[in-house]
Amino acid sequence: MRTKDLVATAISNTFRSKLRTTLTVLAIFVGAFTLTLTNAVGAGVSQYVDAQVGALGSPDVFIITQASDATAAGDGPVKYDAASSASVSSQQGPPGTTTKALTDADLATIGDTAGIVSVDPIRSVQPDYIEYDSGTPYEFSINATSAVTTADLTAGAQLDGGATETQLMLPDTFVAPLGFASAEDAVGASVSIGITDILGERHVVDATVVGVSLESLLAAGAGANDALIAELADAQSGGIDTAVTSYGVAVAHFDTALSADAVTALKGDLATAGYSASTIEDQLGAVQTVINGIVGVLNAFAVIALIAAAFGIINTLLMSVQERTREIGLMKAMGMSGGKVYTLFSLEAIVIGFLGSAIGAGVAIGLGSALSAVLSQGLLSGLPGLNILLFEPLSVAFVIGLVMLIAFLSGTLPAQRAAKQNPIESLRYE
Amino acid sequence: MDSEWVIDAQGLEKSYGSGASRFDALKGVSVQIAPGETVAIVGKSGSGKSTLMHLLALLDQPDQGTLQVAGKDAKSLSKRAVNELRNKEFGFVFQQFFLTPNVSVLDNVILPLKIAGMGGKERRRRGMEVLEQLELADKAGNKATTLSGGQKQRVVIGRALVNAPRVIFADEPTGNLDTATGAVVEDILFDLNRSQGITLVIVTHDEELAARCDRQIYIRDGLVVSHATSTHTGAHTLTTAGGAA
Ligand SMILES: Nc1ncnc2c1ncn2[C@@H]1O[C@H](COP(=O)(O)OP(=O)(O)OP(=O)(O)O)[C@@H](O)[C@H]1O
Ligand SMILES: [Mg+2]
Repeated sequence: MRTKDLVATAISNTFRSKLRTTLTVLAIFVGAFTLTLTNAVGAGVSQYVDAQVGALGSPDVFIITQASDATAAGDGPVKYDAASSASVSSQQGPPGTTTKALTDADLATIGDTAGIVSVDPIRSVQPDYIEYDSGTPYEFSINATSAVTTADLTAGAQLDGGATETQLMLPDTFVAPLGFASAEDAVGASVSIGITDILGERHVVDATVVGVSLESLLAAGAGANDALIAELADAQSGGIDTAVTSYGVAVAHFDTALSADAVTALKGDLATAGYSASTIEDQLGAVQTVINGIVGVLNAFAVIALIAAAFGIINTLLMSVQERTREIGLMKAMGMSGGKVYTLFSLEAIVIGFLGSAIGAGVAIGLGSALSAVLSQGLLSGLPGLNILLFEPLSVAFVIGLVMLIAFLSGTLPAQRAAKQNPIESLRYE
Repeated sequence: MDSEWVIDAQGLEKSYGSGASRFDALKGVSVQIAPGETVAIVGKSGSGKSTLMHLLALLDQPDQGTLQVAGKDAKSLSKRAVNELRNKEFGFVFQQFFLTPNVSVLDNVILPLKIAGMGGKERRRRGMEVLEQLELADKAGNKATTLSGGQKQRVVIGRALVNAPRVIFADEPTGNLDTATGAVVEDILFDLNRSQGITLVIVTHDEELAARCDRQIYIRDGLVVSHATSTHTGAHTLTTAGGAA
């Protein structure tokens, strides 16, 4: 039998028992539908994070903290040591951990490490409001690491770290409320930032908007260049210069010429010196890992559904083999080889798998795209640029391929039965 | 080459089951079939006729005895060669119709060609030719289930014939039919024998049909009880009743 004929026969056999085929296809449909959607969620979120953080990523930057004391429960309290415990119980570290502060001495040590070009402490400032042209003031915050990251621009340019002028990167949600006609309109405007110092006195600092950016998951708030941060920090300290000699986090630029291995080695050097250094990529990696974990769990559920569906395929085909005993016997009597009979039933399984997965994936794409559009207007409108369901052709093809493989494997048992049938016994079968 | 085409079976034995339920269906049967001959295998129900036919057609293997087809020992043939032989040289009419329901008459008829791997156009052409020959061309597109018994049997004969076989094995080809329809089917078969020289091996318990064949092999309880040659035929090799007790 020619391959073409085998395929055509398999397809037409599949539709012989329509109800049974439909029910089996439905079971596969559920699995393929779920798998397509979960993959799309994974891809959508990953792409968003990539765009957000990838854009953030200055590739030559370490975020440096003191290596956290692994105060595991059970170790008991750690004895106070005046030398090491100059602790800003920092808000900069991840929640639930206490980061010891970096002192100026630490910064010097880091700066002296071979491969590090420069090191700057991150100073956090808490402005009260922003106002334009004496209009309504709005509450607002500045992202402390914005000086070293790249914003997802909608207008204007990136911050210039070296500039002496005070520069601001405005989140695009502020454009309309502040009274600008458009993002472009805001670029170049001078805005006023109100800040209260530690003595309770209010100050106003002026800054120029150099760019407008989409708000990002990982870096909420406005961006400010070094000059603006310094000015705000000075205003915040109320002229009392003594307070801030320790910092939660520092940002170090390393030699851009370093290879990936050298960067890893450099991290190691810093670790031995007692500092934990991570690139923005590392930090993003952590986020990705969490998302991949969630998607993995969802995928596992979908695969369980597919395994259940596989038993449906086995059952359907076994019934089909049983029903067609005489037909199989006849074909074998007429010289069809066992191998061809095997192929015929395997193909039937694959056709069923293809039907279920193609319909499942198709419906998932249709419904998912609609849902995604609705969500991005509604529930997720706060995360511009997020396409919660991203259907990548390759991953959809992978799902279909996977389901067809599962179907093929399910088909092996019934197909083997059919192939082994003795023509005489089949022909005597009542 | 053609004249050598012959089936030569010696001392065939076949039993089913084992132990207490063992049943010896054939107990040493020798049969020779010459090219162009029409042979009837006659006997009561359960005497082993179908079993013998299946062995001769290489559908099953004997427990004992040798079988030569076209001068070759069947045991020495590969599985593939046996399949090829059944597909190209043999045509089958089984005791039941074995038509695939929900498939058109034409598709049923061309099944052996499809298995042989013939191209779609060619096999349709050949199928229609056969259906025309059997006066079923107008039913080509019908589902097999919609035909009458006689029509079904003609479709079955068409299927046995479509690959232009050398031998047609027919197991009770008229068993399911009334006398008139049965006669039509018989005529078709004998016509094929005359016009195309196709060898016929017909299993039957119908004496009248058997009498129309060149030769009759009578079987009882798994043994050949007598060979007989019809008077109306020319000189075919006459084999003595080897198994007669
Ligand atoms: N698979 C089998 N298992 C056990 N016994 C079998 C099997 N096939 C056939 N037999 C037995 O072998 C004997 C011969 O069977 P066979 O089908 O050859 O008879 P037959 O002469 O064709 O009869 P009929 O005219 O009724 O078709 C019968 O007694 C049958 O019961
Ligand atoms: Mg029989």
